[in-house]
Amino acid sequence: MIYKLRHYFGLHRQNAIDAFDDLIQKPLASMLTIAVIGIALALPAALNLLVQNGRSVADSFDGIRDFSVYLKPSTSLADAGKLAESLRLRSSIKTVRIISADDALKDFQETSGYSEALSTLGTNPLPHTLVVRPTEAADAARLTTLAAELSSKNNVDQVRIDTDWVKRLSAILDLLRRSVAIAGVLLIAAVIIIVGNTIRLDIQSRRDEIEVLKLLGASDGFVRRPFLYVGVWYGLVGGLFGIVLLVISALILAEPIERLTGLYQANFALQGLNFTSIGAILLGGFLSGWIGAWTAVSRHIASIQPE
Amino acid sequence: MIRFDHMTKRYEGGRDALRNISFEVPKGELVFLTGPSGAGKSTLLKLLACIERPTRGQVFVNDRNIGRLPNRQIPRYRQQIGLVFQDNKLLQDRSAFDNVALPLIITGMHQREVGRRVRAALDQVGLLKKEKSAPRTLSLGEQQRVGIARAVVSRPGLLVADEPTGNLDPELSLDIMRLFKRFNDIGVTMVIATHDLNLLNQLGGKRLVLKDGEIDEHTLPEFKR
Repeated sequence: MIYKLRHYFGLHRQNAIDAFDDLIQKPLASMLTIAVIGIALALPAALNLLVQNGRSVADSFDGIRDFSVYLKPSTSLADAGKLAESLRLRSSIKTVRIISADDALKDFQETSGYSEALSTLGTNPLPHTLVVRPTEAADAARLTTLAAELSSKNNVDQVRIDTDWVKRLSAILDLLRRSVAIAGVLLIAAVIIIVGNTIRLDIQSRRDEIEVLKLLGASDGFVRRPFLYVGVWYGLVGGLFGIVLLVISALILAEPIERLTGLYQANFALQGLNFTSIGAILLGGFLSGWIGAWTAVSRHIASIQPE
Repeated sequence: MIRFDHMTKRYEGGRDALRNISFEVPKGELVFLTGPSGAGKSTLLKLLACIERPTRGQVFVNDRNIGRLPNRQIPRYRQQIGLVFQDNKLLQDRSAFDNVALPLIITGMHQREVGRRVRAALDQVGLLKKEKSAPRTLSLGEQQRVGIARAVVSRPGLLVADEPTGNLDPELSLDIMRLFKRFNDIGVTMVIATHDLNLLNQLGGKRLVLKDGEIDEHTLPEFKR
């Protein structure tokens, strides 16, 4: 039994080696197929990385959950301090920072370039402001009630949560993620069709050989096996090529991304290929190669009969 | 070994290729199947190789009704017979050794045993020294001998040859026929189709003559059943 099993696997190993030799025998045709498969596998993987990175960019803007609480112009700095103190006691609030009207004006003068225009105003038009940072545990609903409560307070003029654009970014990312999923499915289907067609042509060009094998008593399974291995090799080698493409793209993009994140002072590092995505690409290549080959052999090999 | 029982083969939309054929070939016999072209020789051999199925009647080989063999059992049946073709049907991209090894690899024989058997078969046809040669570098006679080695390597009880000397000159043809006779001498049942009557006159064996899809009655007594 063990002998038989070992023998069986020996045959499969031989098939696998022969199939790989086959690919090498006609390098140009194989390379073209492999290149197409590689690109088709690399594209969804690259888009997926893009979305993942976009997500981590969005996450890195953690301060977005901050509220700006603008106090009424009549409020004194002392009252602002008291209000800040009372807010700090709440469980849903992590920190409260006071920006006094003077500080705000100074900051505005420095960054806006309107310093001269502002100095002609005489009085400071800016109110005191509290910057409230909620705790991580506070969810969106709680933040909304908190904001409503704050705006109903006597001293408070206006509460602004700058989360709208984060929501938009998040929605865009969701849309992108689904698009990537669709593109992935379509491109995997393309790989299956490419492999299937390549194997079909291969079967046709070896029609005579298949007929002879069948005359000598070869079963459909015996004839099928080498073609399945060729399909699997196409998928795997194509997957490897796709990974190489992704690594090269990441190297090209690394420098401009570093510059961009530097400009935004964002807490962000490019997520490159991890083992999961490498595994996913290889598995995708393997499966689509196998399925592609299977669709071709199941349709064409049984129909070839000696005459 | 072989028994045809009121067997008729009609091709789709055509006339009867073989009509009401009945005969029996005992084990170990050497039978030459002759007759003009179009008489149905090839069709009869195709029925034996399970390439065609009878329209009516039965064909038995080793007491198995091969006309009713399920498709998935055909490979196993073919593994038990040897086929020799006029155009030898060797795979051109493989060496003589690899061609002869094919039937054994198909049955899943272990590699060491394959090597031993293939060399024995090549030795029997006198081509042991050419095991590494590609078929097209061999002469036609040598190619046909490789084809015979491939047919006998799995030691089948029945060997079926369709015009095995059709492409060869008379001298080579006689060589090939003598080779067949040697295998027949060790007990292999043989059905060889040929229209080369000169050749047959130099050899023994029984003759079954086909004419217009029927067996020539004069030859039938030898195969009476």
